[in-house]
Amino acid sequence: MLLAGGLVYTSFSASSEVKEPSQLAAGAAPGRTYKLTGKVVAGWHYDGKHLLFRVRDRGGPISVPVRYTGVKPDPFRTGREVIVDVHKAGDTFIGERDTLVTKCPSKFKAEKQPG
Amino acid sequence: MPTLGRACLILALAIAAWGIAASIHGARSGRRGWVSSGRHAVYAVAAVLTIAFGVLELAFLRTDLSNVLVANHSSTTTPTFYKFSGPWSSQEGSLLLWVWLLSLWSSGALYLTRRRLRDVAPWATAVLLGFATFFVSLLVFKTTPFAITNPAPPEGAGLSPLLRHPSMMMHPPMLYSGYTLFTVPFAFAVGALIAGRLGADWIKQTRAFTLAAWACLGVGIVLGARWSYSELGWGGYWAWDPVENASLMPWLTGTAFLHSAMIQEKRGMLRTWNLGLVLASGILAVLGTFLVRSGVLESIHAFGASTLGVPFLVFIGVLVTMAVGLLVWRSRELRSENRLDSLLSRESIFLLNNLVLVGMCFVVFWGTFFPLISEALTGERAAVGPPWFDRYAAPLAIILVLLSGIGPVIAWRRATWANARRNFVVPVSAAGLCALTLVAVGGPAERPRAFAMFCAAAFVLGTVGQELFRGVRARRAMASESLPVALVSLVRRNQRRYGGYTVHVGIAVVFVGIAASTAFNSVRDVRLSPGDTARVKGYDLTYVRATSEVNSEKIAFGAVLDVRRDGDHVATLRPSQSYYPSLDGSLGALGRFFEGERTSEVGLRAGMNRDVWTAVEPNTAPLQKLIDEGDRRFAAAAGKLAPEQASALLGAAVRALAERYRRDPPPANFRLMVSPMASWIWLGVMIALAGALIAIWPRPPSARRELSGAYKARLARELSRA
Repeated sequence: MLLAGGLVYTSFSASSEVKEPSQLAAGAAPGRTYKLTGKVVAGWHYDGKHLLFRVRDRGGPISVPVRYTGVKPDPFRTGREVIVDVHKAGDTFIGERDTLVTKCPSKFKAEKQPG
Repeated sequence: MPTLGRACLILALAIAAWGIAASIHGARSGRRGWVSSGRHAVYAVAAVLTIAFGVLELAFLRTDLSNVLVANHSSTTTPTFYKFSGPWSSQEGSLLLWVWLLSLWSSGALYLTRRRLRDVAPWATAVLLGFATFFVSLLVFKTTPFAITNPAPPEGAGLSPLLRHPSMMMHPPMLYSGYTLFTVPFAFAVGALIAGRLGADWIKQTRAFTLAAWACLGVGIVLGARWSYSELGWGGYWAWDPVENASLMPWLTGTAFLHSAMIQEKRGMLRTWNLGLVLASGILAVLGTFLVRSGVLESIHAFGASTLGVPFLVFIGVLVTMAVGLLVWRSRELRSENRLDSLLSRESIFLLNNLVLVGMCFVVFWGTFFPLISEALTGERAAVGPPWFDRYAAPLAIILVLLSGIGPVIAWRRATWANARRNFVVPVSAAGLCALTLVAVGGPAERPRAFAMFCAAAFVLGTVGQELFRGVRARRAMASESLPVALVSLVRRNQRRYGGYTVHVGIAVVFVGIAASTAFNSVRDVRLSPGDTARVKGYDLTYVRATSEVNSEKIAFGAVLDVRRDGDHVATLRPSQSYYPSLDGSLGALGRFFEGERTSEVGLRAGMNRDVWTAVEPNTAPLQKLIDEGDRRFAAAAGKLAPEQASALLGAAVRALAERYRRDPPPANFRLMVSPMASWIWLGVMIALAGALIAIWPRPPSARRELSGAYKARLARELSRA
């Protein structure tokens, strides 16, 4: 019971909200950490130290800029789905070090939706 | 051939449906002919699915690009080894592998129990065929591995470069073997509940399959970790990703069951608990298979949101309802024959071990599904990260290792002070000696969890060493055998016990490796030009020169690193990054070579004390102008050059770019890491696997002889003196 109580309390207090770009663009509290998910927009830039890229909604064009420092995953490319922990700083979102993960290039491809 | 494959799947479905009906009718009527027919249906399903899998395997080996799976996951230039393992790199092929393995293990289990468990086996047959029916139905009605494309493309997409690693190719078969082997005890547990045979017989008869499931799943998990360590370029081996977690959960409940089953066999206790663990392991195995394919959780493993989610959820719902319903139905008969005599007993320690393992499973479950839980409770989807998992997993792992040292030597029923003194002096001394040494060395004081883990591991080594020493001494005293012969005889006479001890040593070694490599890891991300040196944890790594390589599959840019310590040469490492061309022609004739998939090949010097691990991120930006210029020229020449001429020119241009990078490399980014004792993880897994094999291995007839009463008495006397 102790373990269960600890889990419930700490999971809510230590968790980050999972958000898509349009949700963060509509309003993100400065200093608060979010788990940003979406697709990489064309035109990203890596100068060897910082990775500057925009993430858009999976099903829409709204995007937010991210400035990330740390390991750039090998599968990172335009159009790939990414997950990164970010916090807002001014007009951009700062990606927390080594939190950027890019989904595997579809070992099992998503099925095409009808229509 | 694809028609044959599809026909085999339809036939397998029909046979499985027949087998279920025959088994249930046979079990209810008691007519052996129907029961045999049901069992033979399992063999027939295995035979037919073997042909189906063979057809798919052949399509990959022959690079039959008219098969959609082959076209999407292989190519004419894919190496044969990866063509062979191609079937399970796709969703459809991996489902076929799952059900094929299920049919093989089911056949093995039912063949071995064909003259035993007569009341239970027919129900188990029906359950196993129920699993097969579900998975074959998916392949017949939802997604097929034998889809055809006409006309066939001239070339296939090739296997995802990230998957081109030997351990990743073995990872799915091992993982699926673990999952499908867990369905065997699951099916027999359901059979035991329906038939009302609630003793330990079903546990004994399926023990080898449970152990094999545990070992295969464990090896599968570790192969995935090894792939991550050596292929993904970030230096870690575990990220608490939902898909990783999904495979860990049944392994944890399976480990708990292997221990608590001993209490039921010895004392007739924990019947409900054991059934619950086995049923949970089987359901969690299906849950793991579902999570990979559902897309319900954010995971690095983008297996895509597929339409298989709903059928899987329905199937899991049916399994859970059936399991809970059966346990409630039999609750009165499941009461234990005995109660705990004392909290200081082996039963109590095993129970505590079970609580820790199930607690760990609950932590993993809660953290993995927290996004769905939080969304249901608050309307906001939130997720927890690795630090949250570590907060609970680390202390629980320390307790678990400590218990794995106490369990083997504490007495059944009730431990006495004399028993404790006799059995725990050596292990406690080993742990104390370890603590003193660590304090003297100094480092671990600021890493208390690693410190505690090292001491717990020393305690386990003390326990197992003491037990081996006593056993060997007793045998030598009785049979005048040499030391090696006495050791082998001892193990052969009680493979289960000494196999278990070996597993405990292996697990302790694994956790020492995990504790050391996480607590004392040193990482630096640096940007170096040729001639530059970076220092990490006493090692000087010098970027000597750039490398480049072009072959029919990829372009690789890398670096030669000279590793020195105190001026002495330690190793020469060659990390690189490979660029696989994209099939998208719109990216430009040259550009597509750099816009496809990329993979890291790490430079690693592995050692028992520490690994020196390196990865490179070459900077190709200075080549971009040349690539763009090349793309323009090739586009302008399109249609004016013969295909062979264009191909030759393109090859020359790619080689020129590679040579340009090698001769005039821009500064590259490196991740340099010194990871203490990481190799202990892989070593520990091998030790644990050896222990599992010792426990599973069939006992030779000579060792199976029942011990005579006189021999038993003499052995007991010798052991008490030892």
